[in-house]
Formats: sequence, C-alpha cells, structure tokens
Amino acid sequence: MFDKDMLKSILAAYGPSGREQTVSDVIRSYVEPFADEVYNDTLGNLIAVKKGTSGKKVMLSAHMDQIGLIVVDIDEKGFLRVSNVGGVNPVVSVAREVKFENGTHGVTYFETEKHGAKDATMPELFVDIGATTREEAEAKVQIGDVAVYVTNFVEMGSRVSSGALDDRIACAAVVEAFRTMQNVHDVYAVFTVQEEVGLRGAGAAAYAIEPDLNISLDVTGTGDTPKCGRMSVKLGAGATVKVMDSSVIVPPVVRAFLAEAADGKNIRWQPEVLRAGGTDTGAVQRTRGGILSGCISIPTRYIHSPVETADMGDYEAAVQLVCAAVAKQELPHR
Amino acid sequence: MLGRLEALCNLNGVSGDEGRVRRYIRDIAKDYADEVWVDTMGNLYAHKKGEGRRVMACAHMDEVGMIVWGAMDNGLLAYQAGGIDPRVVVSKRVVIGPDEVPGVIGSKAIHLQSREEFSHVLGHNELFIDIGAKDKADALKYVNPGDYVSFTTKWERYGEDKMKAKALDDRVGCAIALELLKNSYDCDFYAVFTVQEELGLRGAQAAVYNVKPEVALILEGTTANDMPEAEGHQHVTKVGAGPAISFMDGGTIVRPKMFEALKRTAKEAGIPFQIRQGTRGGTDAGAIHKALSGCITGGISVPCRYIHSPSSVASIRDFENAYKLADSFLKTKKFDEVL
Repeated sequence: MFDKDMLKSILAAYGPSGREQTVSDVIRSYVEPFADEVYNDTLGNLIAVKKGTSGKKVMLSAHMDQIGLIVVDIDEKGFLRVSNVGGVNPVVSVAREVKFENGTHGVTYFETEKHGAKDATMPELFVDIGATTREEAEAKVQIGDVAVYVTNFVEMGSRVSSGALDDRIACAAVVEAFRTMQNVHDVYAVFTVQEEVGLRGAGAAAYAIEPDLNISLDVTGTGDTPKCGRMSVKLGAGATVKVMDSSVIVPPVVRAFLAEAADGKNIRWQPEVLRAGGTDTGAVQRTRGGILSGCISIPTRYIHSPVETADMGDYEAAVQLVCAAVAKQELPHR
Repeated sequence: MLGRLEALCNLNGVSGDEGRVRRYIRDIAKDYADEVWVDTMGNLYAHKKGEGRRVMACAHMDEVGMIVWGAMDNGLLAYQAGGIDPRVVVSKRVVIGPDEVPGVIGSKAIHLQSREEFSHVLGHNELFIDIGAKDKADALKYVNPGDYVSFTTKWERYGEDKMKAKALDDRVGCAIALELLKNSYDCDFYAVFTVQEELGLRGAQAAVYNVKPEVALILEGTTANDMPEAEGHQHVTKVGAGPAISFMDGGTIVRPKMFEALKRTAKEAGIPFQIRQGTRGGTDAGAIHKALSGCITGGISVPCRYIHSPSSVASIRDFENAYKLADSFLKTKKFDEVL
C-alpha cells in the first residue's frame, strides 16, 4: 500500500521549470528522516543520500519540474501575455485555471477575433487575473513569473488523474523506495530541475556525483487509447524498462539488469520504446566519460495536460523495481 | 569604449574565422589582465587574479556570415549562410577570404523577372556572389571554397543616440567585457571571448571547462522587435529603453536569485533597464549554466533592431548602460548573493 497523502502533496506542490524550490522543500520533508544527507546544488537539484556498504554509487533521478506559462508582458488593461515553459500545447492551455507561486490565481483565454480555440497559438493566449489596470496586475504578478495549471486529483478505481503526474508521480515513487529500500550501494536520490526545457539539471548533478549507475524514473506514453499513435506500452501492465527514447538508447547491460531485478521479485514490467520525447536518462548518460544509465517509466496517458492518467499498480511496480535494483550486489558493467 | 566598439564592428569575424577580432581584443586585454591566453578552439581568456568567487564575463567574438561553397563555370560563387535571412543579402557588398576580395551578391534585374519571380523570395541557393571573375578558373585565383564572406558595412553614429553597424551582435558584448577588464573587482575575474556562438554555443561549451566559473554574466546583443506592426508582448526588447535583463531564453532559465539581483543592481545604481520579454533565441548562457556541476548565469543584453543583417541598429545609451549594469553588479559583489 502506498502513501497517498504523500503522493497528493507532491503532485499539488508548485514547481514549473526553473521555479522548483517549493516542490523541492516538500520532497525534502519526506526524504530527510531517511537520509544521511540532503542538499540542493547550484541549479536547485535536490539530492538525498543514503549510504550503503559496497563503495559503489547508484543515482536515482526523477524530475521535479512541470510545464508552465511564463509572463512576458502585462498590458494596460491588466492582462498577462505568456510564453511556454516546456512542451505546452496552446490549445490545451485555453480556458484553464492557473496559479502563480505567490498564490495568485487566474484563468486563461485567447484572442477570439480571428479563429476558434482549436487554432489558438501561444502569442494569442492571455491570462486574466482579475486586474483592470497594469498597476493592479503588477502588484500581484511580475514579468518572469510562471503559472501552472490548477488541477484536481481524481481517483478512478486503480487509476488516478492529475496535472503534473509528469514527473511528480515518479518523484513520489523514488521517495517511497527511498524510505523502505535495503540498499547495498550508496544511493543518491536526485530530484532534478529543468527536465522539461531540455534535460538541463540532471547532467550537472551526475557530474558532481559520478555514479556507477543511474536509474531515471519518468512517465512514458501509452498506445492504449482510441486511435492513438502506435506504442506497445499499456496502462496497468506494469512499470516499463526503457529500451530507447529520443534522448537515449539504454545499454543492453542496464536493461538486462533491470529486467533481472524485476523477474527475481516477480514484479510486472514491460519493455518501452518511446519515439518522441527525451528523459534525464540521456543527459546523465553523456556526462563526463559516459555513465551507465537506464530508466524505469510509469505508463501515463494524456501527458502534458491537466488530466494525466496513470495506474497505481504500475506505480507500485516501479517502487518495487527500484528497491529490487538497489538491493542487487552486482551492478551492470561494460 | 565607443571607439573600440566601432573598431570591433568593422572587423570581420564570421563564426570559425574570429582571428582578426581575437587579435584586436588580445592586444588590448594584455595590458589589463594578469594572464591572457587562447585555447584550442580559439576562445580568448583574460584573467584578473583575485580572491573569492570565480566570476566570468562572457561575450562571443563571432558574427553571422557566409562561406564560399564553390565557383560556377561563369565565375560566380555559390555560398552557404548561417543565421541570415536571404532577403537581407541581395545587392549587398561583401568581402571574401583572408585577402578581403570584394564582391557583390546579385540577383536577376527587375526587367527580366516574371510576376511570379518578383514575388518569390530568393533562397541562398539561388543567389551568387560576383567577384568580377570571367570564369571558374579565374574566380579560383582569388578565392577558395571554404573562404569566409562578410558584409562590408562600416559602423556609423546617427540620430541623437543611435548607431548602425554589422556585428553589433556581439561586438557590443566584447567591448563591454574589455572595458570591465580595466576595473578591479573583489573576485577572481575572467573575461572570456568565445568563438562559434552563432553556430550553437560551441566555443562556450569548451570555455566553461577551462574557467569553471561559479557565476557567469553573459553580455549580448539581442533582438529588438519594436516595429509598428508588433504588439507590446511581441517586442522582446525596445531600442533605447535601457539594457535588457533576461529571465529566460531558448537555452536558459535564469535562476530567480540572479534575475532579482540584476534588477536590484539596476535600481540601486539608478540605471534604466528593461526586461527581455522573449523566451526564444540562444546565448552562451545555455551552454555555460549546465556544464560541470552547474553555474549561476545571468544575461545583460543591448537591444538591436535588424539583428543578423548587414546593418543592425542600437542605442548608444543602452550600450553604455549595459556596461554600467555589469560593472555595478561586479562592484557591489552581487555575485556573492546569488549562490
């Protein structure tokens, strides 16, 4: 059984790319009692260390940041103009409730003069925070502030839907594993920043840590909804062991290591090939002289929307698989 | 500082061919810095040794330009261009190669164009450089495939406060970084002049490993789109409204503490400034902030209209205030507050 309150509070924490301090503080509160050391690095990555006995280092990584809308201009009537932070679909961003770091709420809409919502582009989007003048708006929000979708945590049987499952559900999975794992190696749980804007945080953390193995945890797409693009991954069929995505080809030794860890504990898993989308796995792999790097994913539908949907059975499988992997004496090697 | 900017803009230094610019800067920097050296890629470093934080001011030496692809049978040169709109090169004078052979980029005369041709934008692959050669063999006596091609525009001051020149992006940054070298700051200070920024931040990727900065200040020329048809939220920056402080570009999200520190610096020193409102376009910050185990990076830019063209336009006051802002940031030791 998993800690639902922990998951919900990590999901609800504010934290778009570049503004991860709040979510970092929330995660810190959960890992601190179980860690030998917890710190933030220069870029804001949160790192929790749990010592082992083997002298080897395993890095677990999940990104804290979520996509958002950054304010680029405030007009004389108090409307905010925005640009995307990460892969924001402008059409999905129309008619949403959004919130800022300081608690200011607003709603989004678009310029209706030329066309309907289905053709809305980012420069046509604006945020209404209830202000009537620029001065009134500037008292609440500054240029450079970032808004995120306000979303609900919806339970649908074994499935849950929420914004920011990408990648808070994996942050929560790492926290769950960190609490209970019996690790033989030093484990560095790294909650990374700025993944959504180009895998910018993970490499710096890996550079400092120099792990013998990195396992990233992220969400991945699925191929099980009506008339979607083809993909073998299904919701509810277990955690995935990544084969490749657009940032990485996982070395076969790492894949085999994770598959054996899963099979040894009868944990459900499925292989994953993600055609579009990268993960921290790739950034870590190319750090220093190369780091063995793999990825466990939690299948998720409707990624980068306010209703990302995942199966809690897959979540629990991911937690178990992390625990099984860090308990293995022999790490993969070339 | 303005005289140096003029000299720097008039030098040709397309990405990969920064030698002239580097020699000019090196010659001046050597009198101010404890140590000046050039790395394998051609990045130039000027180090003023000091105690405390390792702080780097960074500007790129290269400008957009073209490269000769080959000569056609009739003596015209085919070329390739990076980061240049083909609409801005037609009928422009250029110089080619180390000997600066003069040429002009021609296109079919208006008399000979069909209505369709007239409304069609010619691509770089349909344009040629004429160096007055009678045939291929003649052309290859003067130029070689791989020779660099630069615009010939000279720096000019005009209006009350404006200047026009090629390569304001990023000779404004080079001139500011050079000026900073004259001063003493309470840190271990490097001015770094990078190569090949316009091709994808290539020099900076190597430079950051040689300096290992804790804090980096990127000095740039940036886009100004303060044109009649653009609405306020599409201006990115406005020429004359002060140096621009960045919160984000295509390769970087500035850490909130750094963004705030730069704004505070300007307010405390009474320097006019604007927020760079765009989130696209890259600078060396993109390569620097995430290298090694991470580095705090901020950007100060001089707004330039018609950037990446033979004549871009900027405000002299914005340029001077960009220097003042960078200087104040360093003088007031803001680098200690952002880590």
